[in-house]
Amino acid sequence: MNQILPGQPRPAPALAATRPAVEFRGVVKRYGPVTAVPGLDFTIARGTLVTLLGPSGCGKTTTLRMIAGLESASEGQILIGGEDVTPLSAAERDVSMVFQSYALFPHMTVMENVCYGLRASGLRRAEAEAMAAEKLATVGLSGFERRLPSELSGGQQQRVAVARAIVLEPKVLLFDEPLSNLDAKLRRRVRADIRDLQQKLGLTVVYVTHDQEEALAVSDRIIVMRGGCIVQDGSPRDLYERPGNRFIADFIGNANLLPVLLRRLDDSLAEFSIGALRLTLPHRGLPDGAAELAVRPQCLGLRPGAAAAGELPGHLRKAAYLGDHLEYEVVLDGSGTELLLKRPVEGALIPEGSAVAVSIDPAGAVVVPA
Amino acid sequence: MRKGSAGSSGQGLRLWLLAALASLLLLPWYGLEGGLPGGWHAARPALLEALSGGRLWLLPLAPPLLLAAWAAWARSSGALVAAGLAGIAWLLVEAFGLRAHGLRLEGLAALLEGSAAQPALGWGALLYALSCLMLCAHGLAWRGWCKGEVFLIGAIGIVCGSILVFVGYPVACVLVSAFQDNEGAFDLLLFAGKITDASIWSLDCLAGGRHCGVAWNSLAQAVLVGVLSTLLGLAFALVATRTRFPFPRLLRIMSVLPVITPPFVIGLALILIFGRAGIVSSLLQDWFDIRRSRWLYGMPGLTIAQLLAFTPISFLVLQGVLQGVSPSMEEASQTLRSGRWRTFRLVTWPLIRPGLANAFLIAFIESLADFGNPIMIGGNFQVLSTSIYFAVVGAAHDQGQAAVLAIVLLVFTLSAFLLQRFWIGRRSYVTVSGKGDAGLPLPLAPWLHRACLAIVLPWLALTAAVYGIILVGGFVKAIGQDNSLTLDHFLTAFAIEQGPHGWFLAGSAWNSLTTTLMVAVLAMPLTAALGILTGYLLNRQSFAGRATFEFLTMMSFAIPGTVIGISYILAFNVPPLELTGTALIMVIAFVFRNMPVGIRASIANLSQVDRSLDEASLTLGARSAATLRRVILPILRPAIATSMVYAFVRAITSVSAVIFLVSGEYNLATVYIVGRAEFGEFGIAIVYSAVLIVIMVAALLSIQALVGERRIGRRKATEAAGSRRPAAAGA
Repeated sequence: MNQILPGQPRPAPALAATRPAVEFRGVVKRYGPVTAVPGLDFTIARGTLVTLLGPSGCGKTTTLRMIAGLESASEGQILIGGEDVTPLSAAERDVSMVFQSYALFPHMTVMENVCYGLRASGLRRAEAEAMAAEKLATVGLSGFERRLPSELSGGQQQRVAVARAIVLEPKVLLFDEPLSNLDAKLRRRVRADIRDLQQKLGLTVVYVTHDQEEALAVSDRIIVMRGGCIVQDGSPRDLYERPGNRFIADFIGNANLLPVLLRRLDDSLAEFSIGALRLTLPHRGLPDGAAELAVRPQCLGLRPGAAAAGELPGHLRKAAYLGDHLEYEVVLDGSGTELLLKRPVEGALIPEGSAVAVSIDPAGAVVVPA
Repeated sequence: MRKGSAGSSGQGLRLWLLAALASLLLLPWYGLEGGLPGGWHAARPALLEALSGGRLWLLPLAPPLLLAAWAAWARSSGALVAAGLAGIAWLLVEAFGLRAHGLRLEGLAALLEGSAAQPALGWGALLYALSCLMLCAHGLAWRGWCKGEVFLIGAIGIVCGSILVFVGYPVACVLVSAFQDNEGAFDLLLFAGKITDASIWSLDCLAGGRHCGVAWNSLAQAVLVGVLSTLLGLAFALVATRTRFPFPRLLRIMSVLPVITPPFVIGLALILIFGRAGIVSSLLQDWFDIRRSRWLYGMPGLTIAQLLAFTPISFLVLQGVLQGVSPSMEEASQTLRSGRWRTFRLVTWPLIRPGLANAFLIAFIESLADFGNPIMIGGNFQVLSTSIYFAVVGAAHDQGQAAVLAIVLLVFTLSAFLLQRFWIGRRSYVTVSGKGDAGLPLPLAPWLHRACLAIVLPWLALTAAVYGIILVGGFVKAIGQDNSLTLDHFLTAFAIEQGPHGWFLAGSAWNSLTTTLMVAVLAMPLTAALGILTGYLLNRQSFAGRATFEFLTMMSFAIPGTVIGISYILAFNVPPLELTGTALIMVIAFVFRNMPVGIRASIANLSQVDRSLDEASLTLGARSAATLRRVILPILRPAIATSMVYAFVRAITSVSAVIFLVSGEYNLATVYIVGRAEFGEFGIAIVYSAVLIVIMVAALLSIQALVGERRIGRRKATEAAGSRRPAAAGA
């Protein structure tokens, strides 16, 4: 098919430009009797970075590999750039992937690795090397062309893998947990680099991770998966501030879940009661009766002593000093609900076992459908 | 940008259609006498044979091609698959249905009367079958099999097909012929009589009779050698891993020796040392007046020879097992208040027990399958492998008897193989973890240390004596009797003389040596290629029947060479596949006998290479064939080297399978040597053996140099470390 050589205009038919970069239509994946993905429908718009997020075994990597063509869908259609690619093999799809292990060919130099895809699509060596050199410069690895992968640091290997993928100018670039082999400090930097690169080159990126902080930091949009299904799909802010259910609230915000009683006040607001505590918050369309309130750890207040009005009585089970904040575990009296609190470092730690009063900042609380 | 080229598969299809057409119109359909390589003259393509030769049953070979052409035009995958299958099916039906001997379809033969005997199939038939297979592969690829990769489907088809033809079919022939009488009619009673014959199962020797049945002989011999070589191997392994043995190189050399030694050479050397006229026997008579005797010929000599041959294998297995027992296990046991003995009994012993059983079974199988040593040193002590040989070449010439014996031997070795694979294989605790374990292995108890050394050192001396004899024995007049140096034997075998037409190879051994080298050089790349392709398919691709396929390929390893030899005679002596008397049949025998090592080596190697490498290559637009060539093969270099070396060396040292297959024109070195030794010409036999060993050492070293080391690791550790630090800091 078409190859894009430097200097040639990108073939951009008017229709194709409006089509989503990736589209799944009723995609099912079975491994023998086991159904890994019972049915997926989603689209990914051009030029966005979309993250597939979920705990391990949720089907996010399978989904990514189906986009790449490394797994074939058992049912349904996969479209890339509006074109049905379901029967095409990985070699025929216009998609590149950055692997978790980077998968750099150990017997080839950095230059040979980056040229590999170009040479496979029939480019001459000189052209391929020119394009590769440009992309190596983009990722800041000029001068490393003659090295073998084993002679590079982890971060450098990662950038070679990125260069090798983007040099093909694919319609979609896939990342499979690209940061998991890097140390914590490097991780922040590399994820910022990936985001910069994506925005600079206008790439469509599908990114798989199980780390919600990473997902929040890099994504335009996050698709949260669980058991092969999409649980919620939205912007990072959406997900964090309006979790669709308790799983999202727990997984994304690490939120505390409190059983509450809901009583509607009007079209949008409701009164929530937890013991003696009353809060007025949006009811998000939930009916009267029992509900659950998700409260972020940093939006719970804590002071030693007996509970006053508007506070919940409890006992401090554990207190830990974590440098930039304090972490408390509190068990509420009566209900026995366990809470995790993050408080700024102020004064001395409250001794473990003492009676405490917990307050809730309404800004950090949201009702979730159970 | 779109990667890969989708257009190539259409081109491939057209090429295969043309090839199929050529196979019918241009290439000689029959090979006539002498199998595939023979007779281009007088050989006609199928169409001519059908029209002017009256072989009308060849005509139905054409319609499948027409169907395939239509299917290619209409892009109908079903029709393409059907066409390919129909072509292959009719080829099989007409080739096996219309022949003079063996299984035949009487109805079909009667229908086409007067067409009884067909010559053997030729190149045309081979290309036709291959083309039909590839047409099928294209059809299946269109249907999305193997992710639509024609290369993979074709490779699977070719590997499976060739294994069926060259392993499955011959073994089936052995089974069939065991049930047939000499006229080819099925006779169950005859089979029952043969398989329970006293010559196989008699227990006379226990009751004071002269001979036991060969089956008991073989079993007793195999158990004895299995136990002793395991114990010897354990002693060596303990010395190598648990003591500060001052000469570790010696042990390493010893472990390589059996690889480059033709199996019977050790028996030959033992005869020259301990035989009636051997060095030691002569010395004993001269100095102590101990009479010469024939004690060596039979079970005692055979046991010593096989122990010398197989102990190194047990050593290698058990060394791996002992190294696999992490020292930290023993240290943990000691910190838990267990003494040395308790630690050994409760921790070390249970951990190495499966390894011991494994070593025993390997030696057991090797001993059962061994042919060279029994024929050299066995005397009147008959075992199954030699009985099979004598049933075919002896005065009796009873192929049915040979087939029955082959079945008994096959049952023994396959049972041991299945036991090893399913019972022992599951119980292996040896795990190779990436983490380096610190800690020191427990030293041996002093008495055990001394006992091991007392076994190991004399054995090393014996090994050295054996190989010393092999290297120098050919350069003295008559070893043991007249120890004056001479080049006579060497010159008889390897003289190059100047005749009226220039220099020529006058020595008697040149003919067999050149044939051997030619066969070995031909077999080497084929074996490696087929083995590695199979290993790649097994390790990297999933397809229906993969597990069965893997099991069958591995099982072919457990088929003794003698059984392969007899089965090839039974299968390939008559049309439609007539190959006996050619060099090709030896090449084929070697390829399929030695392929499993290539499979094992490549599987072991591939399982250390992360699959994401293949996937990365695929997502970068390289199809499976290109991925195999550019990514997998460079990484597999060590496996390639291993299987090439093994294929070459085994082709030179093997005797059991090919002793049935050699012909006057194509004799092999090992068979020649065995023949010399049987005539008592030990000088030539031993000098020839020494030459073979030297050739193999040279080949081993040069193949390793050619294929080279893996270029993956750091080029220079210090340089890399130096450049890495600032880079990492900057990253």
